[in-house]
Amino acid sequence: MTGRGALADLAMGARMAVTGGREGWTRALLTAVGVGIGVAMLLLATAVPGALDARQARGDARDDLRFGEQVAAGPGTLLVHALDAEFRGRPVRGRLLRPEGPAAPVPPGLTALPAPGEVVVSPALRRLLDSPDGPLFAPRLGGARVTGTIADEGLAGPNELAYYQGDDRLSDTSGATRLDRFGGGLPGEGLGPVLMLLVAVIFVVLLLPIAVFLGSAVRYGGERRDRRLAALRLVGADTTMVRRIAAGEAAAGALLGVVVGIGFLLAGRQLVPLVTLYDISVYADDIQPPTALLLAVVLAVPALAVLVAMLALRAVVVEPLGVARRSTPVRRRLWWRLLLPAVGLAMLLPVAGLREGDGGVTRWVVPAGAVLLLIGTVTVLPWLTDLLVRRLRGGPVSWQLAVRRVQLDSATSARLVNGIAVAVAGTIGLQMLFAGIAGDFTTASGQDTSRAQVQVQFLNQPDLARVLRQLGGADGVTAATGTLISVATIGSPDGPPVEIRVGDCAALAEFARLDRCADGDTFLASDPNDPTVIPADAMLVVRDNSRWRLPTAARAAQARPDPAGWMQNGVLLTPAAAATRTLGPLHSTVYLKLDPAKPDAVEHVRNAVAAIDLATPVSVLSSTIESPRFADIRRGLAIGTVVTLLLIATSMLVGTLEQLRERRRLLAMLVAVGTRRSTLGWSVLWQTALPVGVGLVLAVGFGLGLGAALLRMVQAPVTVAWPVVGFAVGLGALAVLAISGLSLPLLWRLTRADGLRTE
Amino acid sequence: MSAPLLVAEGLHRSFGETAALVDAALRIDEGEVVAVLGSSGSGKSTLLHCLAGIVRPDRGRVVFDGQDLVTMSDARRSALRREAFGFVFQFGQLVPELTCLENVALPLRLARVPRREAEQRAGQWLERLEVTDVAGKRPGEVSGGQGQRVAVARALVTRPRVIFADEPTGALDSLNGERVMRLLTEAARDSGAAVVLVTHEARVAAYSDREIVVRDGRTRNLEVAA
Amino acid sequence: MSIGQTFLGLLEATPRHGYDIKRRYDEHFGHSRPVAYGQVYATLSRLLRGGLVEVEAVEPGEGPDRKRYAITEAGVADVAQWLARPEQPEPYLQSILYTKVVLALLTGREAAELLDVQRAEHLRLMRELTRRKRGGDLAEQLICDHALFHLEADLRWLELTTARLDDLAARVRA
Repeated sequence: MTGRGALADLAMGARMAVTGGREGWTRALLTAVGVGIGVAMLLLATAVPGALDARQARGDARDDLRFGEQVAAGPGTLLVHALDAEFRGRPVRGRLLRPEGPAAPVPPGLTALPAPGEVVVSPALRRLLDSPDGPLFAPRLGGARVTGTIADEGLAGPNELAYYQGDDRLSDTSGATRLDRFGGGLPGEGLGPVLMLLVAVIFVVLLLPIAVFLGSAVRYGGERRDRRLAALRLVGADTTMVRRIAAGEAAAGALLGVVVGIGFLLAGRQLVPLVTLYDISVYADDIQPPTALLLAVVLAVPALAVLVAMLALRAVVVEPLGVARRSTPVRRRLWWRLLLPAVGLAMLLPVAGLREGDGGVTRWVVPAGAVLLLIGTVTVLPWLTDLLVRRLRGGPVSWQLAVRRVQLDSATSARLVNGIAVAVAGTIGLQMLFAGIAGDFTTASGQDTSRAQVQVQFLNQPDLARVLRQLGGADGVTAATGTLISVATIGSPDGPPVEIRVGDCAALAEFARLDRCADGDTFLASDPNDPTVIPADAMLVVRDNSRWRLPTAARAAQARPDPAGWMQNGVLLTPAAAATRTLGPLHSTVYLKLDPAKPDAVEHVRNAVAAIDLATPVSVLSSTIESPRFADIRRGLAIGTVVTLLLIATSMLVGTLEQLRERRRLLAMLVAVGTRRSTLGWSVLWQTALPVGVGLVLAVGFGLGLGAALLRMVQAPVTVAWPVVGFAVGLGALAVLAISGLSLPLLWRLTRADGLRTE
Repeated sequence: MSAPLLVAEGLHRSFGETAALVDAALRIDEGEVVAVLGSSGSGKSTLLHCLAGIVRPDRGRVVFDGQDLVTMSDARRSALRREAFGFVFQFGQLVPELTCLENVALPLRLARVPRREAEQRAGQWLERLEVTDVAGKRPGEVSGGQGQRVAVARALVTRPRVIFADEPTGALDSLNGERVMRLLTEAARDSGAAVVLVTHEARVAAYSDREIVVRDGRTRNLEVAA
Repeated sequence: MSIGQTFLGLLEATPRHGYDIKRRYDEHFGHSRPVAYGQVYATLSRLLRGGLVEVEAVEPGEGPDRKRYAITEAGVADVAQWLARPEQPEPYLQSILYTKVVLALLTGREAAELLDVQRAEHLRLMRELTRRKRGGDLAEQLICDHALFHLEADLRWLELTTARLDDLAARVRA
């Protein structure tokens, strides 16, 4: 056979991929869409690091945090007051700016610095201000006029809420930072080795099912293709030619899929800016798969398609009069099927105790072990399906029909659910790890949200009564208590510092257990863990160097954690006791209780605070702190799993629909002889549920194994996270229901008696 | 003359623009074998589907045992097909995943007969149709003639009152065709079932007691008065 | 082959001279064997005697072809009866059946009906043979099968002719 002949065969196959009337087109379209979805997912995955890098780069360029680095005031400096707030749970990046000279730096995305009373906002914030929700945010800008929009290069993402506001009251003593340029700060917190490994394993867990999915997508219409090849054999094609034609057909379908996939990516990219995931939004241009990876995907997918087609042909003999499955079905030998997961487990188990700073070998051993373990589900599944289903007998007719079908071709059923098994096993393993080590990353903040939900700390606001009146009057605030604070030293200006708090009895009770209290009382709150000793007759040196001695009437009281979780020694004064003392500059801390029925209460508080002082941040108390990176990863995994399962469920649905269509006559006949449609519907359900069930059993087993190995690796106690298992199994069950439910309309249509008409 | 078992009157049925049946009518008595003759596309299969309650005619009446199939609910018609009718088609009627025995037992199982009993009765019918040896095989593993005899066994297993056979020998050679026809008509006569036999082959029709000709969707009633 | 009924059929459409009848007969049914003049006049005089035709007009002059024949009511009835009566099924029936079909078309009768009647008659015989075959030994079966296959061939021809009746009618009436 000449090379020209081989090329002709390939071209013929390629033509067959798209011709063949409506059915041919439908098949080509299904393949293209299926492969396209997979390709788009792969490309998206390769583009994610780049997109996050681009985002990070813009973040670095506008960085204005300085640690310890002192810049002298000059014509080229700028005072920046960072105000990172929230609006209805969305982060708002606010900056107050005050140039100290004509050459003050301008942040990226701005053409000029806003003058006092002016504000430049991000497009998302502008949309917010223009929306009906605008009035709920506007007061925070202190009536400043919006004079411009921050350009893309000055924002982390298109949906970021951000503003730069001019404020001539800023000074470096009020918490503002002096800058001579933006950017060049410290790099952001990198991912530790544990997190790096987790991210690697997550990619494996998410991409492996997509690979499996691709494998099944390129086989859409397999049975009809086999028949077509048989027809070619009849007119004289030899087995080699048939192989080449099949290869051409598979490659053409896959290439079409790659084109569709790139199309999906380009189209999807335009939708990306509309989405905000975990407060992260990226621009369409950020989604840019690296050329090398793009090329790799474009080449690998058709290659995979050809490989799968060749493997599929290996199992059948294409004869001129039809396709015969190899008469002796492939013996399901167990040993090599178990080899892969065993090796995977063997790679994972020795890596016990991963520490910060580990790298090198473990960096690839762990993902490789996970890959092998997960691929193990693919190899063991057909064997297990066979084993479990072979002996099934009895049951109602629908069950019998389904069982027999699965028995006859357990490999096909297993192939359909491979992806689900891999995805679920990976998810269980990882989520189990996360649940197991969540304690490492989630810490109790010590804040007591039952006593107060919001804390506001004012600098230099001595008129506490007015502050409390204003904040207490905000919509949704049910209670407000506040104390004035000054810091003194004991004995001499260099002595140990001690906090002096002034407030009414109710306010002071937040800081110490007071058995009785009346105006005029003084208390010495003591925390047994605080090494600072306040002698009963201590001489206090207040900031302006005036001194006074603690009154002998001061009563000892046990300190208690304040709602924000802090507990320390301190001097507590009721207002009458404070009136006779000098206290120096006073700050104030206010605790607010909010009406839980009014979710916008905290926004009203922010507005009320802005009315008092634009630069004062508002803290919302929360009882736990979760490492934000960790939370992102975990939610990302959950979303990824759902998307992956959705994909695989789609391909299963396509497979089921195709199978139904191929059995159109049989179905019509079954209805003709009086079979209830519900019986057929149930049979479709069983037929899907059976392999999925087996797949889930296996996936749970392997997932728990993977989870246990990973937990051991990070030296966390091995506990089974049943909610995770429940979640995964629930998703699988949902997929089965969805597939069966969605195939019912076709079943109904096919079982109309017209199906019997053969002409 | 006793009341006929199955009567159809004024049947009209169109598929899109094409009229498959135009004012078709016929009558079938208890236990008789009636051949429905006609060329391809004459509407004879549609007539059979209407008679068997598979297809609802656009107009007309189909009365079986005093009940009008046309106005009957889908569930009732399904039940009727399950219990009172048997079907033999040209091909593709056996469920490929089930063994021949299970295929024959299927209508009984659909009628809620316990599996053991259903398969035992199915076995008896396989014996009656001389195909006991294929009981454990799948339809893909048996010859066309054997498969048709399994199908006949399946049609008879519920002891139906009418068997509808649509080109039952269409895919068989003459010898196998004759054998299937002989077994089908004998078994039907033995169990008192009427047979509606759609065919375009005269030698197959010769197994009937009388024939009805369908041409362009019309039935020609040529029952010789003599 | 009943030449008498055929002549009657040809006359039913319109009265004709003897020569015209021969010409028409040869055209439709004579094929390779035209009917002899002697046969034409012998047949016509037989029909005349039977009262199935009558001489409608005698034209002046010499020669045998002076008389124009027309069909009588008894003649029409005879044709109708003949057409409606199925032939005894036997091998090689086509020629007579063909004649009947063409005559039916020529005289505007239902040719399809004729074919249906014939089919019923064939099937009746086939049923009988099938019944005999069932009870008989192998020799009996083989003999019956021979007859059955021949009858089946006739029936296929009937089927085919039925399907082509419209074409045939167009040609015959042309």
